[in-house]
Amino acid sequence: VSHYRLFPKALGRLVAALGVRELHLALTQGFWRTRYWGQPPLQAPAGAELWVWFQPTVTDVDKAWKELSNILSGIFCASLNFIDSTNTVIPTASFKPLGLANGTDHHLLRYAVLPREVVCTENLTPWKKLLPCGSKAGLAVLLKAERLFHSSYHSQAVHIRPICRDASCLAMSWELRQTLTVVFDFFSSGQGKKDWSLFKMFSRTLTDTCPLASQSKVYVDISPKNKEKELLEVSPPPTSVHEAIVQGDKKTYAVYDLLSPSLFNTSRSLNVQLKWKRPQDSSEMPIPILHAQRYVGGYGLQTGEICTLIYNTHPYRAFPVILLETVPWYLRLYVHTLTIITKGKENKPSYIHYQPAQDRRRPHLLEMLIQLPANSVTKITIQFERALLKWTEYPPDPNHGFYVGSSVLSALVPSVTATKDMDVEQSPLFTSLFPSSDGSSYFVRLYTEPLLVNLPTPDFSMPYNVICLTCTVVAVCYGSFYNLLTRTFHVEEPSRGGLAKRLANVIRKFRGVPPL
Amino acid sequence: QVRLVVPMAVVFSPGSVPRDLPRPLPFRDVQEMEISVNLRTSVTSHYEMRYRSTTGQEEAALAAATAREADAALHPLQDTTMGSLTMYVVPETSSLLPQGINVYVGKHRSALVRAGGSLAALQARLREVTQVMSFTASSIAATLSDRVPNGQLSPDARRNLKSSLGYEITFSLLNPDPKSHTVDWDIEGAVNRYVKPVLDKLSLLANFSVDSQILYYAVLGVTPRYDKESSSFLLSAHSLPHVINPVEARLGSSAASLYPVLNFLLYVPERSHSPLYIQDKDGAPVSTNAFHSPRWGGIMVYNVEAPASPPASLPLHVDVDMARVMEVFLAQLRLLFGLSREEVPPEFLLERPGNEGLADWELDHLLWAHTVENIATVSTTLTSLAQLLDKIGNIVIKDDVASEVYRAVASVQSAVTKLSLGHLHAAFQASKEAVTSSERAFFDPSLLHLLYFPDDQKFAIYIPLFLPMAVPILLSLAKIVRETRLRKKEPTKMD
Repeated sequence: VSHYRLFPKALGRLVAALGVRELHLALTQGFWRTRYWGQPPLQAPAGAELWVWFQPTVTDVDKAWKELSNILSGIFCASLNFIDSTNTVIPTASFKPLGLANGTDHHLLRYAVLPREVVCTENLTPWKKLLPCGSKAGLAVLLKAERLFHSSYHSQAVHIRPICRDASCLAMSWELRQTLTVVFDFFSSGQGKKDWSLFKMFSRTLTDTCPLASQSKVYVDISPKNKEKELLEVSPPPTSVHEAIVQGDKKTYAVYDLLSPSLFNTSRSLNVQLKWKRPQDSSEMPIPILHAQRYVGGYGLQTGEICTLIYNTHPYRAFPVILLETVPWYLRLYVHTLTIITKGKENKPSYIHYQPAQDRRRPHLLEMLIQLPANSVTKITIQFERALLKWTEYPPDPNHGFYVGSSVLSALVPSVTATKDMDVEQSPLFTSLFPSSDGSSYFVRLYTEPLLVNLPTPDFSMPYNVICLTCTVVAVCYGSFYNLLTRTFHVEEPSRGGLAKRLANVIRKFRGVPPL
Repeated sequence: QVRLVVPMAVVFSPGSVPRDLPRPLPFRDVQEMEISVNLRTSVTSHYEMRYRSTTGQEEAALAAATAREADAALHPLQDTTMGSLTMYVVPETSSLLPQGINVYVGKHRSALVRAGGSLAALQARLREVTQVMSFTASSIAATLSDRVPNGQLSPDARRNLKSSLGYEITFSLLNPDPKSHTVDWDIEGAVNRYVKPVLDKLSLLANFSVDSQILYYAVLGVTPRYDKESSSFLLSAHSLPHVINPVEARLGSSAASLYPVLNFLLYVPERSHSPLYIQDKDGAPVSTNAFHSPRWGGIMVYNVEAPASPPASLPLHVDVDMARVMEVFLAQLRLLFGLSREEVPPEFLLERPGNEGLADWELDHLLWAHTVENIATVSTTLTSLAQLLDKIGNIVIKDDVASEVYRAVASVQSAVTKLSLGHLHAAFQASKEAVTSSERAFFDPSLLHLLYFPDDQKFAIYIPLFLPMAVPILLSLAKIVRETRLRKKEPTKMD
């Protein structure tokens, strides 16, 4: 028996029935361009990503995982039912529980990524349905599909985790967090100016708050660059200004509290606008301290090489990073060719966990803890060989290529500016988005690009060709043999002549030659 | 052939024995009736009646002041196996039954019947009692509704819930206007107090699980009409079917289990559409302001009292009166299962079931209906599986599928035998096992493996080989036939 008020019943029943402790599902379209857009607040790999911690009471974790992925694929209209043992891995170090946890036996964790998954309106609608007010009131009024998908990056995520009910932590509550990350790139999409407004982005403005919400706020980043104030202007004037250290940088936010009565006094709708006082020449974002790239090297259809480049741009601090790579079984990795080179010298990882693949059953799993020296580039290469699949295993468009999911980098990045502890009660949403475990570093999880690898494909019309050729040869052979064996000869009277002879006679008559 | 046996005991209290008994008490009698469903199937109902006179304890119990006390005192003295009935015949002049009432049906499996003078009149009355307390021909025909030819069933026949191993009950509160109303309902307390006793009684029948949720901004799909005379909004009876569809999208299906869901919705209308009343076919507002849809659930409209003066601050706080709401929902639950007390003859007095929601004999009703329906379903499933195997020879039956089929057949046979012995409870359990096994066998995913192997693919592979090879063979066959015919015609052509 369970009673639900604000928490959606579908997810609540799911969590209770399958013994789920934490659930994180992200559906993403596009890739976050760190060089142009800066450090991502919450990144997700391209496609669908699902990682789940189960309760210790679950006995058959694989069965529960399969049921969970099938039920979620029904709830979110995404083809998560393709998650099976060939793309599920059990990471040991990269994914720690984000909520309350009693012990972390990593056999209760499952992680899967579907890089080929496409996100569209059908996935946004059930996501919006989980909100108590739906898309009828509050901030969700802005989320209309035709503007949201007209963007360079779209990521929607659902996170469920257990948290302390209050500061004394005597009771536990379930927290459901839904995040939507969208990048509208007006500068490069031809509009020239970097001014924006809510109406321009969403073709809608905020009219009221959800009556069930206890907090409803809009934060606009107005951090001054290079200590120059008065560079930009937001209108209408914000209800308050909030300063925080976010991801190592001091940032200033203009806060619009939708629940404060003064906001909707003057006009019925709120349209936040930002105008730049001076024209911006280039979009320079500060280079983040940790960023990474991945690509496939090599040529031909037999061998290749996966190269990952990890950049540490901190001027003087070195820090370790955990790299998790999941490679499908049809790219056979050779671990003896794994080389990690930093600043020209070899870099030995302090922890390696490698699980080789089993054909058609399990993918490769490679987890490494690598120390990145300050101001360096680390290159990790590993060679692989491409396997030949059975002809029924190729997807409908085999020459498009096969996707290799993004690799995950988790690190505690030292921040340049010291973080101060923020009051959780005052702004719970803000602190949960940018948590700070201790003042000097912040946790970052990055994803690299997904790779597209071509596998040698057979000629799919061959079975038909073989059938036709063999059958023709056999038939002709057999036919001639049979004919030879069973031919009977008998004398034939000379006939009057067929059509050809008569035609020949007609021509001879014209020529004046005696007929045949 | 299915035989439904009802063991009945008819107990005569002193002074009520009819004069024209064929044999002295105690004696046994058997009555059989045939319920024909269609041309080929029929169900026999078999009433085994044991006539006897009261024991000392029963006489003492029947000396109570009211029928209800007598019934309560007689309860420990009865035979309480499921499906059985006990009827106590009281003298015609007895004051136990009120004036004008000839039969009193109790909460358990017994009834008090007033003697009618002759045995024939008594037996007519007893037959009426069995029609009410046990199954009727129409109720059995309704469970086998897919075998009855169209046109013979009453329109009410297909309304009851199909027999299933479990049911999920969901209570939803729909608040389309959270700005004007903050609605609070103590659903947990109400479920524990009102719903749990009923479900505990029904737990013999199936597994029940209860859920509740609150949905905001969920509107009905129909705009109600404003009626000037009563200054209220009215939903007419013919617009009610259109209400359910838009709401159902928000209700959510239960993802974690396969049991059918019964939805009970409580709708608090918006401030601009208050008060809202449901009109029945004649135009009068329905007293409970609720309606139900067979095999789906029920909806009740809860009007908020508008305060006399406009309130200082919206939203208004509303505390739902759970007793009134649960009364309606539990009545709808009984109707969904098919337990209605409508067709009772006027001289009957039915005891109210109290907190438990339904009397023992009503539970028996459901058990009879579900057992027969389960047996019919199992036979249909297994016959379809056999027909499928005949038509498509490609299907491979694995060993565990075969063992499930054997188990289903054994359980069905045991259920039929137990029904003919009168053990209703054991028959019901056997029929449940049979349904589980047959569903597991029929819906096994391994059966789908080679289900579609198109014949034209087989032709496409073999024709390019065999057709060219067959052509010279056929030609030479033709030549041989021609030569033999020629030789036969002129046998002396040889030189």
